[in-house]
Amino acid sequence: MSIDKSPEDVAGSGVRLEELTRRGAARRDILRAMMASGMMSMTGAGLLAMSGQALAQGKPKQGGKIRVATQSSSATDTLDPAKGAVSTDYVRANMLYNGLTEYDSHLGAQMALAQSIDTKDATVWVIKLRNGVQFHDGKALAPADVVWSLTRHKDPATASKAKTLADQFKEVKASGPNEVTITLQGANADLPVILADSHFMIVKDGTSDFKTAVGTGPFKLKDFSPGVRTVVVRNEHYWKPGLPHLDEIELVGIGDEPARVNALLSGDVQLINQVDPRSAARIKGTSGFAVQETKTGGYTDLIMRDEGGITGNADFRRGLMYLLDREQIRNTVLLGYGSIGNDQPIDPTNKYYFAGLPQRTFDPQKAKFYFQKAKLGNAPVQVYASPAADGSVEMAMLLQQVAPQAGLNLKVVRTPSDGYWSNHWMKHPLTFGNINARPSADVIFTQFFKSDAPWNEANWKNPQFDQMLVAARGEPDEAKRKKIYGDMQVLVHDDGGIGIPMFLSSIDAHSTKLKGLGSIPIAGLMGFKFAENVWLDT
Amino acid sequence: MKVHAQRLIAARLGLALLTLLIVSAIVFGLTGLLPGDAAQQALGQAATPEQVAALRHQFGLDQPALQRYFEWLAHVVTGNFGTSLSNSMPVSQLIATRLPNSLMLAGLTTLVSVPVALLIGILSAMFRGSLLDRTLNVLTLSTVAVPEFLIATIAVLIFAVKLRWLPALSYLSEVTSFGALVRIYAMPVTTLCCVIVAQMARMTRAAVLDQLNAPYVEMARLKGASPARIVLRHVLPNTIGPIANAIALSLSYLFGGVVIVESIFNYPGLASLMVDAVTNRDMPLVQGCVMVFCSAYLVLVLIADMCQIISNPRLRQR
Repeated sequence: MSIDKSPEDVAGSGVRLEELTRRGAARRDILRAMMASGMMSMTGAGLLAMSGQALAQGKPKQGGKIRVATQSSSATDTLDPAKGAVSTDYVRANMLYNGLTEYDSHLGAQMALAQSIDTKDATVWVIKLRNGVQFHDGKALAPADVVWSLTRHKDPATASKAKTLADQFKEVKASGPNEVTITLQGANADLPVILADSHFMIVKDGTSDFKTAVGTGPFKLKDFSPGVRTVVVRNEHYWKPGLPHLDEIELVGIGDEPARVNALLSGDVQLINQVDPRSAARIKGTSGFAVQETKTGGYTDLIMRDEGGITGNADFRRGLMYLLDREQIRNTVLLGYGSIGNDQPIDPTNKYYFAGLPQRTFDPQKAKFYFQKAKLGNAPVQVYASPAADGSVEMAMLLQQVAPQAGLNLKVVRTPSDGYWSNHWMKHPLTFGNINARPSADVIFTQFFKSDAPWNEANWKNPQFDQMLVAARGEPDEAKRKKIYGDMQVLVHDDGGIGIPMFLSSIDAHSTKLKGLGSIPIAGLMGFKFAENVWLDT
Repeated sequence: MKVHAQRLIAARLGLALLTLLIVSAIVFGLTGLLPGDAAQQALGQAATPEQVAALRHQFGLDQPALQRYFEWLAHVVTGNFGTSLSNSMPVSQLIATRLPNSLMLAGLTTLVSVPVALLIGILSAMFRGSLLDRTLNVLTLSTVAVPEFLIATIAVLIFAVKLRWLPALSYLSEVTSFGALVRIYAMPVTTLCCVIVAQMARMTRAAVLDQLNAPYVEMARLKGASPARIVLRHVLPNTIGPIANAIALSLSYLFGGVVIVESIFNYPGLASLMVDAVTNRDMPLVQGCVMVFCSAYLVLVLIADMCQIISNPRLRQR
C-alpha cells in the first residue's frame, strides 16, 4: 500500500472519500476507491483538511491567545513524549511535536511527518519522510531523529509508557537519505495507527534531557514550569500550510473540577476538559459557553479475576454481569454521557465493533440462577472500588443495592485514589479497572486480554484467542480481519471475566468564541490535538 | 542584649536544628510506610515489573532505607537537597520557583490579618461584655467555623462567575500594577484571613483582659489616664509575649495549611508542590518541602520567643 500526497489531487473525489471516511472506512477501502476513480495518490493533509471542513464553523481567523485548563498537572509534568501519562502531557506533546502519523476523526492514520508508509508483508515497513520539515531550532528532520525517537522506548531507563508497544520493533534503521525502515517482530497491519500514538512523537536525535522541548510541532515552547503552566507560541515555520491559527496558548492544570468550571465561566480560561456530567447542564445553560462530548472507547470495568476462588467460576461471573444495570448506570452515574457496553472492549465507534452480539441486560433472576449454580452461598464477597477508576464507586454501590435480589452478599470496599493502581487494581479477586481508549482493536486486545499480557486484568488464559489475535494482526483482508475481531469479541463477552457496563464519553467545555473544536474518539480535547485546529472568533 | 538572653536564643537555635533532624527522620520513615514508591507512581497503571525494577535502580530505591536516609542527610549538610525523582529537576530549584509565591501569599495575608485581629481583640477586651464585644465574637467564630473551601467557592461563584469583578484563578504572571495585585489576591487573602483572624483576635482579647485586671491598670486609671492610653501605653507592652506567640502559631498555618486555597484558586504555592510530591512518593522533594515548612515554623516561633524576651525587662536585662 502506498499513500502519496498533493492536496489538489484530492479535490475531485473529495465527496466520495469523505463519505468513506465518515463510515469509518479503512485505509485500504480508501485506496481501493482512489484506484477506482483513477486517483493514484492522496494526501494525508488533504484528507485532514476535508474532515476539518466537515466541522467547519465559519472561516478560521488568525491570531489571538487562549488559556486552556486540564484536570491534571503536577510536579511530574513532562516535556518528554515517551513519559506522557496524563492529559496535560498529551496536550503539551501535541503542541510541541508531531508523530510520523496522526489520527483522523475516525481513528484512521493520516500521514504527518511521514510522507508515505509502504509495506508488502506488514512486517517490513518503509517510511519516507516529509521534505522541508524543520525542528524549532532550524535543524531539518532526518532519519536519525526518527530512529532515535522510536528505539529509545526499548531502554527501560527511558521509563517509556509505550515500551510494550515498542518491543515489537525488531529493528529501526535509516535506509536512505530520507527514509527509515522498521522491521517488526511479527506482521502487524496496524503499525501506522500505532505510530500515531503521542508517545511515539519525534524528538531530535540524541535528546535524553527534556528540560526544554525542540520538536516540529505547531507551537514552540516559551515557558514551562511543572505543575504550574506551559506557555507556547506559534511556530512560524510549521509544515502544515496556514496552521496553527492561534498566536499563543497557555496551558494550566486545575485539579478541582468545580474550580475548573468556574474558571471557564468567569472567562479566565477558554477551554477545559474532564467536565463532570453534573456540571455539563450548568455550562450549557450559561450563554456564551458550550459543551463538546467525545464518545471514546475508554471504559470502567468490573474485574472478576481468575485465581482459583469464586471469581474464576464461569457461572458466578455470568451472574454478576447480569446484575449490572447498564441503563441505570448510564442515566444516574453518567447522566447519559456514555454508551452501553456489552462486556467486551470494542466500542461502537470502532470499525471492528461486532453489532451482532446480543446485548446482556439487567436480569436479577438469571443472576440468581447462575449464583445458585455456582453454589455461592451466603459468604460475603468483597469488591474494591476507588475514585481512581471513574464512576466505579457509584457502580459498586448500585451493584450492592441490587445484589440481595439475586442472593448475593456484596461488600463494597472503598479505597482512596492514591496508590490504587499499584496496590488494589488486579490485586484482589474483585476490583474495578479503568482503561483509556486505545487506538486500535489490536492494541486493546494485546494489552489487556492476551494470555501473557502484563495487564491481563482477569488473568484470562485462552490459547484460541491468542491465535486469533496474531492471525488478525497480520491479516491483510479487511473483511476477514473484521470477522476474526468479531469472533474475539464473542469470546471475551462469553468468558473474558470482565464486566464492561459502559463506554465513557469525555466532556470538554469551551467559550463559544473558540471555534474549530472537533472530536477524535481517542480522547477529549480533539484527541489532545485541538491546539493546531482551533481559532478565536472575535 | 545581655548574655543570658543571648544564651537563651542560642539554645533555641540548637533545639531548632535538632527538631529539623528529628522531623526529617520521622517524615522519611512515614513516607516509607506509604504504599508504592516513586518508580511505581512514575509508571502508573502502565508499569511492568522490569520497568519498575529498572527505574528503581535508576532512582537508587533499591538501596536499603537507612543508607538512603544518611546519604540524603550527608548531601543536605553540604546544601544539596538532591534531585526530584518525579521530574529530575533539582529540588532546590523546584522549591525556589514556589517559595516566593507562598511567601507573597503569607506576607499579604499577614499584612491584612494581623492589624485586623489586633484591632478586634483590643476593642472587644476594652468593651468587654458589650454588644460590640459579643458581635465581634460571633463574627470571628462563625468565619473560623465555616470551612475555607466553602468560603472560597462561594466567593468565586459570586465575585468571579456572577459579577466578574475578580479573576477565578490567581495568575502570577499578571501582577503589573497595585490594582492587579489587589484583584488577584483579594479572594485568596480574604479566605485565609477568615481562617486565622479569629484565633489571633481571641488570644489578643484574652491577653489584654488578663492585664486589664492587674493592679497597675487600676493605678493608671486612678491617676486619670484615658482608656486608650491605658491599653496602648500600659497594657499592650505587657501582652506582646503571648500575642506574638498566638500570631506565630496562626501564621505558620499559612505555609503548609493553605493547600485547599491553593487548589481552589490554582495558586502555585509550596503546599500543593508538597502534596504532589507525596502523591508521587518523591522523597527528596517531600523532605525539601518539609524542611522549608519546619524551618518557617521554627523561625516564627523563634521570633515570637525573641519578642517575649525583648519585651520582658527581667529577661532583657540579665
